[in-house]
Amino acid sequence: MTSVVDPRAAAPAPDLPKRQSRVWKKLRRNPAALLGGAVVLFFVLVALLAPLLPINDPTATDWLAVRQAPSDKYLFGTDEIGRDVLSRMIWGAQASLLAGVVSVVIAVCLGVPLGVMAGYLGGWTDATISRVTEALLAAPFLILAIALAAFLGPSLTNAMIAIGLSAMPIFIRLARAQTMTVMTEDYVESARAVGLRHGALVTRYILPNIFPPILVQATLTIATAIIAEASLSFLGLGQQAPAPSWGSMLNIAKNFLEQAPWMALYPGAAIFLVVLGFNLLGDGLRDALDPRDT
Amino acid sequence: MAHTKKVALALAFGLAAAGVTGAALAQDMRIGLQEDPDVLDPDQSRTFVGRIVYASLCDKLVDITPDLEIVPQLATGWEWSDDGLSLTMTLREGVVFHDGTPFNAEAVAANIDRSQNLPESRRKSELSSITGVEVVDEYTIRFSLDAPDATLLAQLADRAGMMISPTAAEAAGTDFGLNPVCSGPFSFVERIQQDRIVLQAFPDYWNADAINIDSVTFLPIPDTTVRLANLRAGDLDMLERLAATDVASVMADEDLTIEQAVSLGYQGITINVANGAGADNPLGQDARIRQALSLSIDRNVINQVVFEGAFAPGNQPFPPTSPWYNDAYPVPERDVEAARALLAEAGFADGITITVQVANNPVQTQLMQVVQAMASEAGITIELEAKEFATLLADQSAGDYQASQVGWSGRVDPDGNIHQFMTTGGGINDSGYSNEEVDRLLNEARTSTDLEVRRASYNAARDILIEDLPIIYLYHVTWIWALDDSVQGFVPYPDGMIRLEGVSIAE
Amino acid sequence: MLAFIGRRLLIAIPTIILISIFVFTLQKLLPGDPILVMAGEERDPEVIAFLREKYRLNDPVIVQYFAWIGAALQGDLGISLRTNQPVLELIAEKLPVTIQLATMALVIAMVIGIPAGVLSAYKKGTWIDWVANVVALSGLSVPNFWLGIMMILLVSVQLGWLPASGYQPFSDDPLQSIKTMLMPAFVLGTAIAATLMRHTRSAMLSVLKSDYIRTARAKGLSERIVLVKHALRNALVPIVTVTTLLFGELLAGAVLTEQIFTIPGFGKLVVDAVFNRDYAVVQGIVLCTGVAFIFMNLLADVAYRVLNPRMRDQ
Repeated sequence: MTSVVDPRAAAPAPDLPKRQSRVWKKLRRNPAALLGGAVVLFFVLVALLAPLLPINDPTATDWLAVRQAPSDKYLFGTDEIGRDVLSRMIWGAQASLLAGVVSVVIAVCLGVPLGVMAGYLGGWTDATISRVTEALLAAPFLILAIALAAFLGPSLTNAMIAIGLSAMPIFIRLARAQTMTVMTEDYVESARAVGLRHGALVTRYILPNIFPPILVQATLTIATAIIAEASLSFLGLGQQAPAPSWGSMLNIAKNFLEQAPWMALYPGAAIFLVVLGFNLLGDGLRDALDPRDT
Repeated sequence: MAHTKKVALALAFGLAAAGVTGAALAQDMRIGLQEDPDVLDPDQSRTFVGRIVYASLCDKLVDITPDLEIVPQLATGWEWSDDGLSLTMTLREGVVFHDGTPFNAEAVAANIDRSQNLPESRRKSELSSITGVEVVDEYTIRFSLDAPDATLLAQLADRAGMMISPTAAEAAGTDFGLNPVCSGPFSFVERIQQDRIVLQAFPDYWNADAINIDSVTFLPIPDTTVRLANLRAGDLDMLERLAATDVASVMADEDLTIEQAVSLGYQGITINVANGAGADNPLGQDARIRQALSLSIDRNVINQVVFEGAFAPGNQPFPPTSPWYNDAYPVPERDVEAARALLAEAGFADGITITVQVANNPVQTQLMQVVQAMASEAGITIELEAKEFATLLADQSAGDYQASQVGWSGRVDPDGNIHQFMTTGGGINDSGYSNEEVDRLLNEARTSTDLEVRRASYNAARDILIEDLPIIYLYHVTWIWALDDSVQGFVPYPDGMIRLEGVSIAE
Repeated sequence: MLAFIGRRLLIAIPTIILISIFVFTLQKLLPGDPILVMAGEERDPEVIAFLREKYRLNDPVIVQYFAWIGAALQGDLGISLRTNQPVLELIAEKLPVTIQLATMALVIAMVIGIPAGVLSAYKKGTWIDWVANVVALSGLSVPNFWLGIMMILLVSVQLGWLPASGYQPFSDDPLQSIKTMLMPAFVLGTAIAATLMRHTRSAMLSVLKSDYIRTARAKGLSERIVLVKHALRNALVPIVTVTTLLFGELLAGAVLTEQIFTIPGFGKLVVDAVFNRDYAVVQGIVLCTGVAFIFMNLLADVAYRVLNPRMRDQ
């Protein structure tokens, strides 16, 4: 960041404050991105406000109201042991959003630096990181998840770590490939030729260039992570019963598609909307952040 | 597929006309299983689902009726000596194994020897009472015992009594399961793991007249919804273990029928009372807390909520429909007040927290969440620990648990449901329970051939166990089969097996 | 190029060894005892002791590892503890199933994803872009097991068009085989199509803004030629990366999809094996998928060099 006005820069680099405002201006002109952001914001708010909302206890059971269709009393109906689906949806938003976001944060924070290092430094660093990535990719996700749960005990946190670790290789690969592509660009080559320092090269040319594909991948991975949380719940390694998450609700609901379609409808719709929201937002950001876009 | 084509051809040429039943048609029966069976060697096999395949593949010395009477299969008759120390069996003549090897007393002796002495055999404990086998003549065999064993005939009605071809067993060794050769109504054709097991009718079967099907294909389809969808789509002729919650919709479907039978097994909560350090907590040490837990549970509501009333609530190792059920202790009503009083008496008037491990499948988790909600009303907070089965089993066996939701698939003889669980040092006594009087009573019940003596022993043991509660019994599974309307002659058995004798597919 | 491939293959050997050590150690650290599972409901202690000895589970882990790798180098991957079947035979049995499913799914994904990505980039900001986006995302936003069950209920039970589940070997009856696998491939393919479409769109957008596209347009080339010959060709680097990675992932087994449609492939096998602690099977499959991954990565790197000659050689 110190090299903003570095005279040795061979290509014009926009200065930071101006760029930020430009990004925001572009984002504001994109209704799809705003809509996506609104959807995500809505669910985040719901998740945060869950303890304050006037709703039933999500774990309270009612034997006389098992798998009841939506009614005035239960707006979204009840589940397989007579719990309020609406309450569980609201509380489940916490678990599902956390599972999606935290695991992607883990994957990005570990994966991108490794990928850039591999692509930038090349040689032995690249070889080592690439080999480890390949080894990680080849290890079945389930073995990793079960092993983690075995060491640390089954919980939502450990599920997020497992999902994050298994999503990491794709970020390493993308960051590496993108770094390697950027390195062949003329302006980077000339910047290297005039002796720009490594740190400056990475922050000024490489990171801005690898950011768009990483962001696109991250938004897609949030979706995968929310769904992966469901699979892990099913294996007893995710959210622990009786606490809800959308994924685990959907997993149970698939056994009652005929008898209680609402049990699957709401968590399914919520997952769909939130994934769509993240993607629209990410897409808008991608366009806004593209340094080559004027 | 090849067989389906044959059926179609047969139909096209009008061979099916004039109500010709069974044998004239080339019929393939497709059966959906809940799991993929393990190794297909009766001596090495361990799963319930494997036994369903054996029912078509391997005949046993004796069989059971739906009422659990022992009836002839490969043995046509048997006789106990007066002291109960020797059992003489007369064998069916003219029976051959699928590879043509004749079935006779020598073959039986070889089979018993393999079950007892193959190092990998899982049948050793089931046949431990047999100390000598004597080939009297070609079709007579005599087993001598070190002590009377009331359970032996029932063991011979299951995997321990399955006869495999001695020639094939000799040649294949422990790999026998890759290409099993028995003497049942169907012989092995092929197996693709997790996909299918194909058997075809054995033309030289001794009871071939009762077999109306030309081949049978077992298809493991673990997801209950998908299994039912396959039946509805016509890709299956029948399936086992229909989800209890699907019974109503199958009954409403006029193309399908339902058969059911209360199983021989049970489901409950095993409590660690003396299996290592895991027992060192109030639940394990104070029977009053276990009684309070049991009293806090409404078994009828569990049955209604989780199983739509299709299963049987229970409080003993035998279902209420069993002749061994002790009527002195009917399934208890829920009594939250009494539960609270017991807790207070034990010094936990403000409530107590316990940890229960549960297998991470949706149904068992649902069950335990219901129990959790019920117990909380009595002041017992249950922390659920979902584990995948291999971990659950290892922790349970090692005593690394407080309480564990598990069950037992059930055995024909009552001994199989109780002895190894409740006697000191029993092979599967994960609870660590030990009581000299119970040991004495259960051993007595095992060695007596007098039904009344046995019943009295089990009842006396029950008097003690219902107080000590090392296992809180909750319910008994009902086996539920869903069949296409065209399948006729299927008889439900409480052991959950699918016997294809007399079954046909109408057209 | 050949030297490059040769060098990469040489490097692959330590990777495979790394993978095998990694998975072997992980498995041994897992709780749960395969012998306890195998011993059955009765759990006869004598049998348990014998089996532990027979499968050398009492040996130190390092001894077990060397025994395994020693046998593996001679082509013996051990036997399945669950069914006594040789692991090599199991892999040979499942490999064609998984390859067929992965290929069909990838074809479906590419047929949907790449044109949709190109189109939506070209028509950026219009309703076509929007529709393409939403459709692609729908496939990704619906969990596979859910879409699978819905399709079975609709296509098989209600309409009776396709078999509900199972597998038919391609060699027995190619048409029936493709029909049986159409639904699961579609479920997998639609989920992957979104990823592919988004990367295509992203790459195309970048390329469409670049100077040489402007030059190509200025030269008066037709839009179709500009789009396909110049733009798509240059956007292929990230697309190829993602495609090869996705294919590698598919080979490791689409666990839930295989579970729902009861397809006897790698995914189903490995899950059952993990749950039964069937060590040899897990180890064998991981070895196999590891090789597949390395091969796909190599393919991706070769493709970079073919597509972008300016890429510096390592």
